[in-house]
Amino acid sequence: MVKVIDLKSKTKTKVSVSNLDFYYNTVQALFDITIDVPANQVTALIGPSGCGKSTFLRTLNRMNDIIPATRCEGKILIDDKDIYDTSTDVVALRKMVGMVFQKSNPFPKSIFDNIAYGPRIHGINKQSELSGIVERSLDRSGLLNEVKDRLHKSALELSGGQQQRLCIARALAVDPEILLMDEPASALDPQATMKIEELIDELRKDYTIIIVTHNMQQAARVSDFTAFFYEGKLIEFGETQKVFTKPKKKHTEDYVTGRFG
Amino acid sequence: MKKKSYEKIVYAAMRFTTYLIILIIAYIIIEIVWNGAAALSVEFLTDSPKQSGAAGGIFPAIIGTLYLVTGTICIALPLGMASALYLSEYAAVGRLTNTIRLAIITLAGVPSIVFGLFGLGLFVIFLNFGTSILAGSLTLACLILPTIIVSSEEALRTVPQSLREGSLALGATKWQTIYKNVLPYSVPGMITGSILGVGRAAGETAPILLTAAAFFLPKLPNSIFDPVMALPYHLYVLATQHPDAAKVRPMQYGTALVLLLMVLGINLVAILIRRHFRKRYRW
Repeated sequence: MVKVIDLKSKTKTKVSVSNLDFYYNTVQALFDITIDVPANQVTALIGPSGCGKSTFLRTLNRMNDIIPATRCEGKILIDDKDIYDTSTDVVALRKMVGMVFQKSNPFPKSIFDNIAYGPRIHGINKQSELSGIVERSLDRSGLLNEVKDRLHKSALELSGGQQQRLCIARALAVDPEILLMDEPASALDPQATMKIEELIDELRKDYTIIIVTHNMQQAARVSDFTAFFYEGKLIEFGETQKVFTKPKKKHTEDYVTGRFG
Repeated sequence: MKKKSYEKIVYAAMRFTTYLIILIIAYIIIEIVWNGAAALSVEFLTDSPKQSGAAGGIFPAIIGTLYLVTGTICIALPLGMASALYLSEYAAVGRLTNTIRLAIITLAGVPSIVFGLFGLGLFVIFLNFGTSILAGSLTLACLILPTIIVSSEEALRTVPQSLREGSLALGATKWQTIYKNVLPYSVPGMITGSILGVGRAAGETAPILLTAAAFFLPKLPNSIFDPVMALPYHLYVLATQHPDAAKVRPMQYGTALVLLLMVLGINLVAILIRRHFRKRYRW
C-alpha cells in the first residue's frame, strides 16, 4: 500500500520550518529542525520515544505555549505566515491547525455538544447551522451511521475507537486546514486502528495531515512522506517509500529495519 | 513468641484508641440528645427567649445563625472560587504563588478569636459596619476562606488536563476553556467543600462574639447592619452568664441539640450534592 509519488509534482509547501530549536527550561529538546511539509499529503513523524517528534508536532499549533518555561527559536511558516510572530492570533492558528491526541479526550458532554463545542466558541449559535456541522463532521469521520440515533447521549459511552473518531470529527468541525495527530491509534485495538487509518486515507484529499506514530507499518501504510527524528534532530525526510526502502542514512535504516527503537 | 505478643499489644492499643474516639463522639451525642430532646418543643423552636433565656425559645438565634451562614457563603464562595481559579489555572509556579499558598495555610491555623478581633477592628470599627450580620458574615468568611480555596483547588485538579488541551486545541481561549470545559465539572466539588466549611462556621462563637452577636434581641433583624442572636453565642451566654445555672440547663442542651442538627443538616446537603454530581461526571 506504499504510495508512489512524483516529488516534483508536489511543489506546494504548507508548513515550512527552518532552524527550529526548542527548550524545556534549559533542556534542549529540538535541534535545528528544518523541514518543508507538503500540502494535502500525509507526513509521518517516526523515531524512538523521547526523540522530540511529539514536541515538534506541538510546536505547530503552539500547544507547547501552555507548558511553563518552554522556549522556541527559529521560524515556522504556515502558508508563508510566521506563526510565532507576536502578531499571530493563537486562537485563529489553532482553529486552522487541528489536533488529535494520543489518548482520546472526549468532553463529558453529549456527542452533539462535543462536536458543536468548537463551532460554538467561534460564534456559531444557530441550532440548524450547528446540526449541519455536527452531521457533516460525523459523516466525514465515518461515525455518523454508528451514532446518529444517540447524538444526545454522553460521548463517554462510545468505544475507544469511536471516541477517537469523535475527537477527529470534533477537530474537523472547526474547519481546519492542517490536522496534527499524536499517535492517534496507539491505544486502540487492530480493528479500530484500521478504521482510523482508512479515515486518514479519506482525509488526505482535503487536509494536510501530520501524524506521529510509533508503529512503522502504520507510517508505511498511511503516509506519503516520512520524517525520522532521533535525539531531537531530524535525521532524514523524504518520500515514505524511499525512507523505508532506500534510506540515505545508516541511522534511519537501522531504525526502520527494527535494529533499534 | 515474644514478638507475637508484642504484636498483639500494639494491635490492641491501636484498636482501643480508635474505639475511644467513637466512644467520645457517641458520649457527646447521647448526652446532648438525651438532655436536649426534653427541651425541644414547638414553642422552643418558634418563640423568643424569656427570663434571660431560662424560658421561651431560641427562634431568633436559629434565624440569626441562618442569616450568618447564608451571608458567609455568599461572600466566601465567590472569593474562594476566584482565588482557587487564579492559583490553579493562571498563576505561574514561583515564589509568589508559594508565598500565597503558605499564607492560606497559615490563615487556616489562625485561632478563631483572632479572626474575631480582626473583624472587630476592620469591619465593625474601621469600616463602621457596627456589630452586624454583615460584619459577622465577613469575619466568618475570612475564617473559612482557606477551607474553600483548598477544596476548590482540589476540585479543579480532578478535571483532567486532557480536557483543557482538547479545548485549547480547538481554538478556545483560556477563559472559554475554563468557563465551558473546566468549571462545569468542578463547581459541584467546590460547592461541596465550601458547604462543609460553612458547617464549621455555623458553630463558631469567638468570631461572632465581637462582630455580630447580641445577647438578647426582642425582634428579628431588619437589615444586614443589624446585630443578630446566634446559636453558638446563645449557648455560651446560657452556660456562663446566667445567674441560675440549673434552671437554664435544659435550654442549654436544647440549643446545643438544635445547633448540632443544623450543622448535620448542612453537611448532609453537601454530601447529597456530591453524590448527585459524582454520578454525572466520570472520565
